[in-house]
Amino acid sequence: MNIQIKIRIAKYIVGFVLSLATTLVAYLVVKDGLYTGTELLWVLGGLAITQMAVQLVFFLHIGEAPGVRVRTFAFSFMSLILVITVVGSIWIMHHLNYRMMDMTPDQKTEYMMGEKDKGF
Amino acid sequence: MSEIYTQSVREKEHRTSVGFWIYLMTDCLLFASLFAAYAVLRGATAGGPGGEDIFEMPSVLAETVILLTSSLTSGLALVAWKLRSVRWTSVWMALTFVLGASFLTIELTEFSTLVLEGHSWQQSAFLSSFFALVGLHGAHIAVGLIWLGVLIASISRREHGVKLTRQLGTFTVYWHFLDLVWIFIFTVVYLMGAA
Repeated sequence: MNIQIKIRIAKYIVGFVLSLATTLVAYLVVKDGLYTGTELLWVLGGLAITQMAVQLVFFLHIGEAPGVRVRTFAFSFMSLILVITVVGSIWIMHHLNYRMMDMTPDQKTEYMMGEKDKGF
Repeated sequence: MSEIYTQSVREKEHRTSVGFWIYLMTDCLLFASLFAAYAVLRGATAGGPGGEDIFEMPSVLAETVILLTSSLTSGLALVAWKLRSVRWTSVWMALTFVLGASFLTIELTEFSTLVLEGHSWQQSAFLSSFFALVGLHGAHIAVGLIWLGVLIASISRREHGVKLTRQLGTFTVYWHFLDLVWIFIFTVVYLMGAA
């Protein structure tokens, strides 16, 4: 067994342990209700992105395979489109929701004034 | 002669890996649009249940751990193949298949329970987007299992071949990718939904 293979096996095991740890931490954070609201979203999002990074490095071996530049380019472009799609949809739909709430005119005015105070 | 042969094999390997990578990136965008739809529609329950009412978190955690473990075993199968051990490759791949099939079984059980309780994709926009997103991932797993079955069959029949090495490498990347997508389904759909 040469050193390259040993490194690869070690990487798989380290990646597996780290992924398992982040999964369990995220699960326990929700189960025990350690955080709420926006804070929780940030914590869970951070854990998911950490685990993604771990798997990209330890399982998918980003930066090792042939054709590295093409892959990196495709990956960056995909990430850009992904962010535009997801963030853009949520942003637009939030504003649509804000303008088209199913309320009586009076309720709507009241709601909008409230939102305005919050800075929207 | 052998040098030319090796070169053409490498070129083909390179082309396959880049081409497959591009496919995965487009697949990511497909998932991204469904994630966006889910994020927008998660509150649109139309009087039906929300995420916190229907998600069985322990079984979802089990699914996550099972899929993660299968990602590991598929990687170890590739390592065993590179060490030219047909037996260990088959063992790890069979294990990957069993784990993948268990994952799919738990997911289908969850789906059928929901439908039988009357919470199908027709009930609300939230459930439509939930079934579309999670179901698409499940469909990818099902396709992966068929692919894996074909690979296991070809390994048991053939000698150590260059073509099979390439196919195994491609499959492993696909399987790791599905685990990567699942992290986000686990986080965005289940954890954020149940909180």
